[in-house]
Amino acid sequence: MTTLEKLTSMAGALLLFGAVMGLILYIAGRFGERRAGKPVAFLFLLPTALLVAVGLVYPALRTIYQSFFDAGGTSFVGLDNFATIFTSSDELTVLRNTVLWVVVTPFIATAVGLLYAILVDGARMEAFAKALIFLPMAISFVGASIIWKFIYAYRPDQANVKQIGVLNQIVVWLGGTPVNWLVGSPLNTLLLIVILIWIQAGFAMTILSAAIKAIPGDIVEAARLDGVTTLGMFRFVTLPSIRPAVVVVLTTIGIATLKVFDIVRTVTGGSFNTSVVAYEFYSQTFSSSNQGLGSALAVLLFVLVIPIVAYNIRQMRATEAR
Amino acid sequence: MAIAGVLSVGLLASACGGSSSDTSSTASGASSGDCSAYTQYGDLSGKTISVSAGIVTPEDTAYIDSYKPFEDCTGAKVTYDGNKDFETQILVRARAGNPPDIAIVPQPGLVKQLVATGAAKPAPKAVADNVDKFWSPEWKAYTTVDGKYYGAPSGASVKSLVWYSPSEFKDSGYAVPTTLDELKTLSDKMVSDGKKPWCAGISSGEATGWPITDWMEDMMLRSAGPAEYDKWVNHQIAFNSAEPTKALDMVGEYLKNPAYVNGGLGDVTSIATTTFQDGGLPILDGTCSLHRQASFYAANWPKGTTVAEDGDVFAFYLPGKTAGDKPVLGGGEFNVAFSDRPEVQAFQTYLSTDTWANNKVAATPNGGWISANKGLDASKLSSPIDKLSADLLQDPKTVFRFDGSDQMPAAVGSNSFWKQATAWITGQSTKDTVDNIEASWPTS
Repeated sequence: MTTLEKLTSMAGALLLFGAVMGLILYIAGRFGERRAGKPVAFLFLLPTALLVAVGLVYPALRTIYQSFFDAGGTSFVGLDNFATIFTSSDELTVLRNTVLWVVVTPFIATAVGLLYAILVDGARMEAFAKALIFLPMAISFVGASIIWKFIYAYRPDQANVKQIGVLNQIVVWLGGTPVNWLVGSPLNTLLLIVILIWIQAGFAMTILSAAIKAIPGDIVEAARLDGVTTLGMFRFVTLPSIRPAVVVVLTTIGIATLKVFDIVRTVTGGSFNTSVVAYEFYSQTFSSSNQGLGSALAVLLFVLVIPIVAYNIRQMRATEAR
Repeated sequence: MAIAGVLSVGLLASACGGSSSDTSSTASGASSGDCSAYTQYGDLSGKTISVSAGIVTPEDTAYIDSYKPFEDCTGAKVTYDGNKDFETQILVRARAGNPPDIAIVPQPGLVKQLVATGAAKPAPKAVADNVDKFWSPEWKAYTTVDGKYYGAPSGASVKSLVWYSPSEFKDSGYAVPTTLDELKTLSDKMVSDGKKPWCAGISSGEATGWPITDWMEDMMLRSAGPAEYDKWVNHQIAFNSAEPTKALDMVGEYLKNPAYVNGGLGDVTSIATTTFQDGGLPILDGTCSLHRQASFYAANWPKGTTVAEDGDVFAFYLPGKTAGDKPVLGGGEFNVAFSDRPEVQAFQTYLSTDTWANNKVAATPNGGWISANKGLDASKLSSPIDKLSADLLQDPKTVFRFDGSDQMPAAVGSNSFWKQATAWITGQSTKDTVDNIEASWPTS
């Protein structure tokens, strides 16, 4: 396509968009002032609903459909792909890693963020201290992974070879021999989890710090007058007051953890038993050309996310209702 | 101003004249209006042909330049689109009914998948005739699916090479080995000289492990022979049968031998975490002496490294069992068409000629590209490693075989073979490795 052709088709698309919007507005205008409301709202909802259907609902249904077919997507195999996920040793490792990620990451990231938020609350240079831990949030997952790859880098213990990885340099300084960190499973998965915690702790800190600052001053005052200890203050005042925020942070990080793909792909490429569901479904679909298994993994991921999202929404509703 | 303008025009003109005279005669002939080689394609003015490939900047420039004589003489326009995710994208595009006119496909296995989508078009007779004329017969088999022929080879690479330092060999009195046994003896001699002879790296993102598949294919070709190799690739013998198991063990004698590896890079497991690009670099530091890797590794040496028989690094042919047999493992790309419009067929035919192969060499002045096309004028190749590779490909004693993992089904060739090879280098036994790969072979 030449530039001119691209411009023409772009202009065409804009005109079409304008025409559709004009039509909607015209139809909406035909309803009298009084009868407006629901029909108008539906009319405006229509384009969105249409796009969601084409871009989200149809692919989702299509993926579920494909998960019952073989690698090439031609013959029906029933639940075979799902059976593979829960029987093949490779896929079981993937499931184990995913469980490890989901269990460890949200809790540690939230705990670190919460601890930090409490420690810096009201301290001198609070904004600066917060900025420090928030900075990793501004880096892309791939960028963060490359930084940590250098931290884990391995060079042999040889006279003319210098360490280039921070972690191994420390090991050498302490008199140890360098370790090839990324090869040993399941330690390597934990080392990858550290990267996501490093990124997400700042997010947890920001939300939780705001929640802590929103605790009404008179409650804190009253507790102080009652002579509560520091630990007691946290246990009986702070934590109950920020509980909804903690739940939102936990679930949000939990969803992000289920979707983790970039870190695994950048640091190990799924080698050394580090693959997770979100990476495996991509690798099966595109590298191994196994559409069926790839779709089944995607469906599994979808099923795993549903309860977390449902819980998150219920919590938010409960908070709003108060 | 005027004088400067005239001067610069003059300089430009002379620069153009100079560049076309020292490149290929065909290319310069085309630009000066000699279109006799292109009259067979007819007048294609106003027609456009789209080409898609995984080759991106800066290497794509040479492709675009090599299409110019065709464009100038026929009036057709060729658009080139390079994409690093080509190998996954092309399948998606073929399935979605939106393929390019011509794709430069790097694997016979992928060609078969593309044919299976129903989007690929069989090549016209002129292309098949050219392939019969310019390539050795095994090349034709790679893109023949169900008796139909789908496209001519584009570039080629030679994988059976061992990189070394000529100056180190000279200083230490080592000779380039001519048999596998001599290679073993040489490695042992280096160990007794207090060296770690080999260095290797197999990390390559999600493709981690592929260099070991090349090692194994090379050993399979040497220990079992080409006929048995073909059976292995086509799954006529099981992956865990005796010969492949032996071949992998032969690789293990080198790569899993702590006395042999991994010079400057660590213990045996460091092979798994070293990128294949970094794998051979310790040769320059003198911490290792030998590195088995394809001809394209020439591009990985840092700027200022002389790649020549008397330079900083060079490569020798990974020897066969005896000095007499010459199995060569290699790779290459194929031009597959998704349209049978006359202009696309004309362009596809052009790409299968010796004219294009020589135009492509002329458009790649710094080297790094060869073809197995017999019409390729090897004397025009500028880089010594290209010459070595082209000589190997054109040697009548050579028995050429295409990269085996590239021909196996994707579930093996670009999944379990890589993954299991990686597990093997980090400690898994040879038996478990070949058993696991055999188990992953698709049943249908």
